[in-house]
Amino acid sequence: MIYLETPKKFRGFVRQAHDVAAEFLRANSRKYDLAEHTYPKELDLLAALVDGMNESGTGTGAGAAGVRVKDSDKDKGGVRNGSNMSSVLSIIEMCWGDVGLLLSMPRQGLGNSAIASVATDEQLERFKGVWASMAITEPSFGSDSAAIKTTATKDGDHYILNGEKIFVTSGERSDAVVVWATLDKSLGRAAIKSFVVPKSLPGIRVERLEHKLGIRASDTAVIVLDNCRVPAENLLGDPEIDTSKGFAGAMATFDNTRPLVAGMAVGCARASLEVMRDLIEKSGLTIDYDRSPATQPHVVAEFLRMEADWEAALLMTLEAAWMADNRQANSLQASMAKAKAGRVGNAITLKCVELAGNLGYSETEFLEKWARDSKILDIFEGTQQIQQLIVARRILGLNSSQLK
Amino acid sequence: MAGKDPMAYGLRVLNKLAASEALDKFGLRKYAERAVHGGTKAGFKAIGTAQRTFKKVSGDGKGERPTATAATGVFDLTPTEDQQMIVEVVSEFASEVLRPGAEAADEADDTPKEVLAQTSEFGLSLLNIPESLGGLSEERSAVTGVLVAEALAHGDMGQAVACMAPAAVATAISLWGTEGQQQTYLPAFTGGEVPTAALVVAEPTPMFDPFALGTTARRDGADYVLDGLKSGAVRAAEAELFVIAADVEGRGPSMVIVEANTEGLSVAPDPSMGLRAAGLSRVSLEGARVGADAILGSVDDYREMIRLSRLAWAGLALGTAKSVLEYVKEYVVTREAFGEPIAYRQAVAFTVADMAIELEGMRLVTLKAASRAERGEVYAREAALARRLTSEYGMKIGTDGVQMLGGHGFVKEHPVERWYRDLRAIGVMEGAVLV
Repeated sequence: MIYLETPKKFRGFVRQAHDVAAEFLRANSRKYDLAEHTYPKELDLLAALVDGMNESGTGTGAGAAGVRVKDSDKDKGGVRNGSNMSSVLSIIEMCWGDVGLLLSMPRQGLGNSAIASVATDEQLERFKGVWASMAITEPSFGSDSAAIKTTATKDGDHYILNGEKIFVTSGERSDAVVVWATLDKSLGRAAIKSFVVPKSLPGIRVERLEHKLGIRASDTAVIVLDNCRVPAENLLGDPEIDTSKGFAGAMATFDNTRPLVAGMAVGCARASLEVMRDLIEKSGLTIDYDRSPATQPHVVAEFLRMEADWEAALLMTLEAAWMADNRQANSLQASMAKAKAGRVGNAITLKCVELAGNLGYSETEFLEKWARDSKILDIFEGTQQIQQLIVARRILGLNSSQLK
Repeated sequence: MAGKDPMAYGLRVLNKLAASEALDKFGLRKYAERAVHGGTKAGFKAIGTAQRTFKKVSGDGKGERPTATAATGVFDLTPTEDQQMIVEVVSEFASEVLRPGAEAADEADDTPKEVLAQTSEFGLSLLNIPESLGGLSEERSAVTGVLVAEALAHGDMGQAVACMAPAAVATAISLWGTEGQQQTYLPAFTGGEVPTAALVVAEPTPMFDPFALGTTARRDGADYVLDGLKSGAVRAAEAELFVIAADVEGRGPSMVIVEANTEGLSVAPDPSMGLRAAGLSRVSLEGARVGADAILGSVDDYREMIRLSRLAWAGLALGTAKSVLEYVKEYVVTREAFGEPIAYRQAVAFTVADMAIELEGMRLVTLKAASRAERGEVYAREAALARRLTSEYGMKIGTDGVQMLGGHGFVKEHPVERWYRDLRAIGVMEGAVLV
């Protein structure tokens, strides 16, 4: 039966997440926006709390581990609202608080999501408690992940990694980096594997940190791998090069993480919409849902338009997560959600600044900050254009040599 | 479905369909003459067709009501088994009858009587009439209504509107009628020959606001006297019964039941950009007198009607937009330019991707609004957002659909120009259809 509300069993949890977002994230939002590269120590306490929740089994997937489909989840009859759904709901609340700080949550990095998605049970146990960031992009490529130049050369029971990685979120603060490298450049996508590289190893170093438009609370690092010897058992997934499978293994992570990034955009845009609604109402105008936008003041009509786009983005995000929980292939829906949420999140936050005028543009309000933060959400984990490419190829039945 | 075999409802619809032999008749195409627009020069005239008389039954008591559906609390995008079965039947009808007949119906400015008869035979107007009054409904079924509207419009929006129009009147009387109103009018809708009926809200004024109506119902003794000009009335020349939106003295905007043979009521064809098969018309009211018992529901019920009607239009938009997307997908992978399919170009492929993305978003918001409505929850916000999205992106899909076919999209050899005209109705139309 069609029911598109927050699942009943997660409502208490969502309320808690909202309170946490208000007290820990929103409260420190401007502080770390201004103090870029300063470690947000307030998050240590929060992270410990999340760890405790996950260990006691009451966390319902509050963090990066939530994307793992557990064997115990299989073969249960009926419709499931599981950890993909609760992770997205949690992230929406957290990013209503602050996207940069959510990305800085200890032990909740994208690398942790990758580990949770593809690691063996043994690896999962071994990397427990490790804060893992994710390193894919290199100076010479962005969207074209198959162009990876970083190499991994087998040497006994180790791989030797060489290369330079950029845009590594939490690259400085994390304990380990999930590095994407190629075993054999001539074999193309199938030879690309990911490795958990502890930062304590010799040969891996943080070269520098970026200064950014937004999400300044989150550190974005350049990582250099210089003859870094990584234990062979740190390779995630299948060590064999199966050219028939191509890129599928490595890309599977995205089906789980794209709805999360869509959720970030949904949360961030909701923050802007709430402030905007407040400003509209304080100015003496009423947002009337029953009357046509054409008969209402422009600012109200614009608000209705933004809210409609936001609602669509929210539901598409929840749909993608719901499909993952119910073991339905969701690549298409994950990309559609990311495309819609990414672009409307950015458009909404920017429009709110415009509608609020100098008040919105000033640092006295958060609107300008959210309008800076939202831009990255239409870029990382696959840009708007990459999502459209994926969607188009899927619905038109075209491959990457036909639709380039 | 409370206390009932979950398959029962769908099976009853199937059974009605089988009994009607409608499926066998799907091949039959016989078009009515230009019933509505044939005499456009004549202007407004009283409805001359033989009218049935509705035998008044008095009773101010509260009518029968379908109950609200229960919430499950589990996020779920799966329609119930009943809904899947009904949609399957309606979809088959839409693809076998409505789609092949769409071009001719558009040309004829009307929907063939056989098509209308088939929809009433398989119980389209019964979906929201309570079982106790001869209908099929135990629970409010706004989601089913949206899914049915979507499935019908996937065939053809114009004919879908014509088919759904009598059901809108039946639904309004079911949801908001007094005992007397229900006893007077509903038996006709559950009988063998469903009357042509229209729910008329719109008026031909710019920035029309259904909560600031130009049409008035002035109190005169025990009666009300109606004056004003209405538009967007479906197949009004054939209509036997209207529910008309008017500003009722002492109450505000409300629904008024007006029988078609009421003196002072006249209709004129109002051919429009699209929805030609719906035979859109204007209704003129000049001193049309009705009894006090003609007022249908409260001012709050009127507001609810406006929302449910907008949801029905949103549902229709989903079906037509889906048709556009499917057609364009097929076209761009086969049409070649510069030595390869045009779909190989990002400018084309990304446009199609965006059509799919926006259709998904507007569909989910429409379903959320409908599901809130049938559970008796507040849904004004969601209904407004669904209308906003289907109006903006429905039209975007319509215009991009024509654009992707280029000049071929502009000529009637392809259906996209008709879908383009039909989709402009979304966000413009008020009333006429209900879920």
